[in-house]
Amino acid sequence: MIHRARHYLSLHAQNLLGAYGRLARQPVGSTMTVVVIAIALALPAGMRVLVNNIDALSGSWAGAIDFSAYLRLDVDTERATELADTVERRADVAQVTHVSRDDALAEFKSYSGFGDALDALDDNPLPHALVVRPAGGTRAEIQALADALEALPEVDFVQIDTAWVERLRAIVLLVERIVDIATVLLALAVVLVIGNTIRLEINNRRTEIEVVKLVGGSDAFIRRPFLYMGLSYGLTGAILAMLTIGVSLLLIAEPVRALAGLYGSAYELRGLTAREAGLLLGSGAILGWLGAGIATARHLRAIEPT
Amino acid sequence: MIQFTSVHKRYPNGRDALNGISFEIAKGEMAFLTGPSGAGKSTLLKLVALIERPSRGTVLINNHNTSRIRRRQIPYFRRQIGIVFQDHKLLHDRTIFDNVALPLVIAAARRRDIERRVRAALDQVGLLGREHGLPVTLSAGEQQRVGIARAVASRPDLVIADEPTGNLDPDLSLDIMRLFERFNEVGVTILIATHDLELVERLGHRQIKLEAGRLASEGLS
Repeated sequence: MIHRARHYLSLHAQNLLGAYGRLARQPVGSTMTVVVIAIALALPAGMRVLVNNIDALSGSWAGAIDFSAYLRLDVDTERATELADTVERRADVAQVTHVSRDDALAEFKSYSGFGDALDALDDNPLPHALVVRPAGGTRAEIQALADALEALPEVDFVQIDTAWVERLRAIVLLVERIVDIATVLLALAVVLVIGNTIRLEINNRRTEIEVVKLVGGSDAFIRRPFLYMGLSYGLTGAILAMLTIGVSLLLIAEPVRALAGLYGSAYELRGLTAREAGLLLGSGAILGWLGAGIATARHLRAIEPT
Repeated sequence: MIQFTSVHKRYPNGRDALNGISFEIAKGEMAFLTGPSGAGKSTLLKLVALIERPSRGTVLINNHNTSRIRRRQIPYFRRQIGIVFQDHKLLHDRTIFDNVALPLVIAAARRRDIERRVRAALDQVGLLGREHGLPVTLSAGEQQRVGIARAVASRPDLVIADEPTGNLDPDLSLDIMRLFERFNEVGVTILIATHDLELVERLGHRQIKLEAGRLASEGLS
């Protein structure tokens, strides 16, 4: 029993090594196949990394759902502070920042470039404002919160702009769907490329297969090296795809940092997580095995000694 | 060991290769299958090795009716038979050792057993010490010896050979036949198809003679 298991394991190990040995013996052909597989795997995986980054970015823009409640001009600082406390105690509010009239004016002066013109004014034209960060929830809940605040007598009006976030999310969803479709198509391409490569390999080794059948090799014994060859192609392609994605991210990291800098953000590109990398390697191996499985099922049976 | 009863073989193209063949080869016997080209020698051996199946009649090998053996069981059936080919059918990208070891590897033998048996088989055919070379480094006669070593490595009870000396000169042919005789002496049943009548007469074993798919004569030559 133990002997059988050991034999089985060593047979698989030999087959895997043998598969890589065979790949190494035809370097040009195998390299081309591996590169094609790597491209087919890197495209969907890379697009997914991109989508993940956009997702993460839009997540970090959750602050964009913050909205401002501008108070009436006749509300004084004391009342505004009180109101800020009251609003902050609401369950659907995470945080309230009180921007006082004076602060608002100072900020406006320094950023707007109208400093001198504003100095000419006798009164501060700006109201107190409460910057409200909702505790989260759906768009409807956030809208309800905004409506409730707007109903307060001290509040002049509430400015809320979530539409663009919604639009971005819709675009990301659409892109995700497109990436899903591309993933399925490219996975199919990987299976076909590997299947075709294995088919050629089976034809090349026709004599050997016949001999093995004549000395009593079972179908499983004959199939095994081809399955491992498919697996090696898929796995090597996946490793190369990972490297491709890694290098691409390095190449665009600097421009992204510069762009983020322009928006006052310190956003850093995210690469493949360990789980995604594992998924990529696993998919490569499985697709390779599958392609080889289809090719062997179709072509090995046809080879019989004569 | 081998028992043919009214065996017919018609190929899909309509050619009748064998026509009502009946004979028996006992365990431990050595016999020659002779006859002109196209008499059905190869077809008969293919029926023994289950490369083909009879159209009618029964073929019993070691008391197994080959018609009842399912496709999936064929590999296990073939492991009981050693087959030697005219063109040796060696794998040229593998060492001599690996070629002889092939049936043992397939049968999942232990590594130690494989090494021991491959060496023993190569020793018996006089090629011990050459196991690390490739088959191309050997002469035609030596390659055939490797083919025989492979056929006997797993110690089958039955060895069949199709024109094993077809490409060899008379001296080498005799050597090869003597080799088969030695395996026969230790109990292996041997059936050799050949058209080298001179050699067959000289060795004096039982002869099964085919002509146009029929049994022409049978008996000691």
